[in-house]
Amino acid sequence: MLSAPLVPLAPAALRSLPPPAAVGILHATRPLHTTQQCLAPLPPLPEKGGEVRYGLIPEEFFQFLYPKTGVTGPYMLGTGLLLYFLSKEIYVINHETVAAACILSIIIYGVKKFGSNVAAFADKLNEEKVATALAVKNEAIKDLETAIEQEKKEQWRVEGRSYLFDAKRNNIAMLLETNYRERLLTVYNEVKKRLDYQVAMQNLKRQKEQDHMIQWVEKNVIQSITPQQQKESIAKCILDLKALSKSAQAAV
Amino acid sequence: GPLSERRLMDVRLGELPAWLATCNFSPQGLLAGAQKAWNSYYDKYINVKRGGPAGISMLLAGYCLLSYGWNYQHIKCHRWRKYH
Repeated sequence: MLSAPLVPLAPAALRSLPPPAAVGILHATRPLHTTQQCLAPLPPLPEKGGEVRYGLIPEEFFQFLYPKTGVTGPYMLGTGLLLYFLSKEIYVINHETVAAACILSIIIYGVKKFGSNVAAFADKLNEEKVATALAVKNEAIKDLETAIEQEKKEQWRVEGRSYLFDAKRNNIAMLLETNYRERLLTVYNEVKKRLDYQVAMQNLKRQKEQDHMIQWVEKNVIQSITPQQQKESIAKCILDLKALSKSAQAAV
Repeated sequence: GPLSERRLMDVRLGELPAWLATCNFSPQGLLAGAQKAWNSYYDKYINVKRGGPAGISMLLAGYCLLSYGWNYQHIKCHRWRKYH
């Protein structure tokens, strides 16, 4: 029953070897790895025990007598034996017989009445034990399955490593670009400042020259105006103003 | 199979002396035989999922018979009749 699924497990080479008698210090009374007995998992217990009739006589006895004597054979045998023992007083009837009869009747009554209850209770106890063991097994299986799923998820995550490194590379490239452009801007600004300085210098120089020249011309002109010319120019201005006022009065 | 490896129930009546000759009657042998017998009885009637009264009742009946046999000489004195 158990040996069939185990046959493909044992390698063929080991099966063909002769069973070793004693392997060094290890005194094995049965050969190792050549039998097909396996201690785990154990075969399940049989459901029901051997059939017993009237709680005392195994069914095999009835089957043993059936071919020769049919169905009533064992009963006839029993009756005959009983009468023989009683008549020859091989079985003596005394006070113990009465005691045995009372005890047996009480026992039989008790078993008939409470047998099923006790059986149900024992079955319930067994059920609970099996259920706890099964729960532990299922728990362990579930834990292992979640561990497997998490492991698979981690493996899937590992595949995304390349994307991570691509993103990092992009970041670094952007940083470099930014830095380069900043420095470019700095260079441009510096050059522009220097050029602006040169332009400002030239403008300043020209302005200074202009101012100086204007001042010099004004100074010389003012120096050249003699008092005589001043009086003449003032008289002329007065004459012009009178003429203008006349024209203005005429216009009004 | 060979005679020495068969169980008692599978031995035919004519082969019984030969089978008895192959038995190991040293103390270890007897002990091993008793152990095997008890194991087969236990596995058949007691070590099951849903046993019944049969497992121990047969043991108790056997004990009753054995004790009756051991006390037979004393019980014989309480017979009801002298001649059977």
